[in-house]
Amino acid sequence: MAKRVGVEVSIAIAEAVKLARAEVIPAYPITPQTHIVEHLSELVANGELDAEFIPVESEHAAMSACCGSSAAGARTFTSSSSQGLSLMSEVLYIPAPMRLPIVNVVANRAMSAPISIWNDHQDIMVQRDIGWIQTFAENGQEAVDLVLHAFRVSEDRRVSLPIIVNIDGFTLSHVIEPIEIPDQEEADAYIPPFKPKFKLDPKKPITMGPVGIPEVYTEAKVAHNEALKNSKKVILKAWKEFAEQFGREYHPVESYRTEDAETILVTMGSISETAMTAVDKMRDEGKNVGLVRIRLWRPFPGPEFRKAAGKAKVLAVIDRCLPPGALCGPVGAELRSLFYKIPGSPKIFSFVAGLGGRDVTVARFEEIVDKANKYAKKRPKELYEVIGVREK
Amino acid sequence: MAVNDAIVGWKTITWGCHVMEPGNSVEFRTGDWRSQRPVVDKEKCIKCGMCWIFCPDMAYTQDDEGYYEADMEYCKGCGICAHECPKDAITMVMEEG
Repeated sequence: MAKRVGVEVSIAIAEAVKLARAEVIPAYPITPQTHIVEHLSELVANGELDAEFIPVESEHAAMSACCGSSAAGARTFTSSSSQGLSLMSEVLYIPAPMRLPIVNVVANRAMSAPISIWNDHQDIMVQRDIGWIQTFAENGQEAVDLVLHAFRVSEDRRVSLPIIVNIDGFTLSHVIEPIEIPDQEEADAYIPPFKPKFKLDPKKPITMGPVGIPEVYTEAKVAHNEALKNSKKVILKAWKEFAEQFGREYHPVESYRTEDAETILVTMGSISETAMTAVDKMRDEGKNVGLVRIRLWRPFPGPEFRKAAGKAKVLAVIDRCLPPGALCGPVGAELRSLFYKIPGSPKIFSFVAGLGGRDVTVARFEEIVDKANKYAKKRPKELYEVIGVREK
Repeated sequence: MAVNDAIVGWKTITWGCHVMEPGNSVEFRTGDWRSQRPVVDKEKCIKCGMCWIFCPDMAYTQDDEGYYEADMEYCKGCGICAHECPKDAITMVMEEG
């Protein structure tokens, strides 16, 4: 039986990786790391997890080793953050088109300079187009559940793609929450053994990762993109079966008090819990406000989002990433594309908040809703606004 | 309509772009973009095999008399053999045309 325990989210994620029976864990303890791989190294050293823990020389090597171990047919896990994730960047583009399943938990944090170890989404937005499936967790329980889900989906032969599970650095990675951790039998029932379609095998040699000459490259990239888009069916089915087995339901987007809502806040990650409190407060005050949270970021669930938020008059989209020199943040841009020239679609206003660990409070959400409603009447000069920035 | 120069479709390309047949590089000529070719002066050559050892493409083979000659289907014209030859028996000459 699953046990509900008070545990640090990073430790709980490591326990989930153990329950998933990860076989190879290449990781580098760059600052800022989390307790995820630290705890996994203890589990391996203590003999509680039968896996290879490879203490590589850098995050670049960590992701390289992940590609190799996945290609050899081993269940592969790693975890990273901010600058470390960027150091992986060159290799992060490689496993997805090669159809190599890997699960990577990214504790989202700000990018230097100035040096920061705190939470926002700049690190992962840099890696937006690496071609991996990407999900965002709201709380510790969801982080654990999404990790189990990630192994199941990533290794499904119809998908066979790497997955990043995003958890907010500190806000999730370093807090203690009550979390229900499944037992081994339950995890085994949900995650079947990894049986790759192809693997590196001297008895049956194949070449993985060859040169893609101009006459081939476009087709290889389109084939990968189609696989990524088609993965949504398996992602949804795996969430449905998760609900049947564990009783916790997950969807690509979650709606909170959106019936008849005229203004809808759009968030990703852990600030959504504060946003719900803000929505409750504004509802009590008679304001027609709701919340839609994006859980599945890649492949982007366009139809699901339209269904969840398409009837609102105003969308107030929050990006936790400053888009230097761009017209607006990545989530805002995505939603503007989604609703472009669709008659009767909501007016979209984009906000940047919660950079480098700055709290996004209930009052900030109220400010964002008020501003979005004001801009709906009088168009602002810029396509996005940084919230809570001090001038002097 | 523009000519499509793709040699495979996205629906028919191998899974993950893997090459499923091992050792199929023998089917391809890889030296056709060479700008220089090595020419061996058999008067100077002492059959030491340094060119054969250093050639990064393993293009050199030994003939019946013991001299070494590069296979022009694979030689890239890098000139390492000429540089390493202890007797300066190899000269790099420009490819014509």
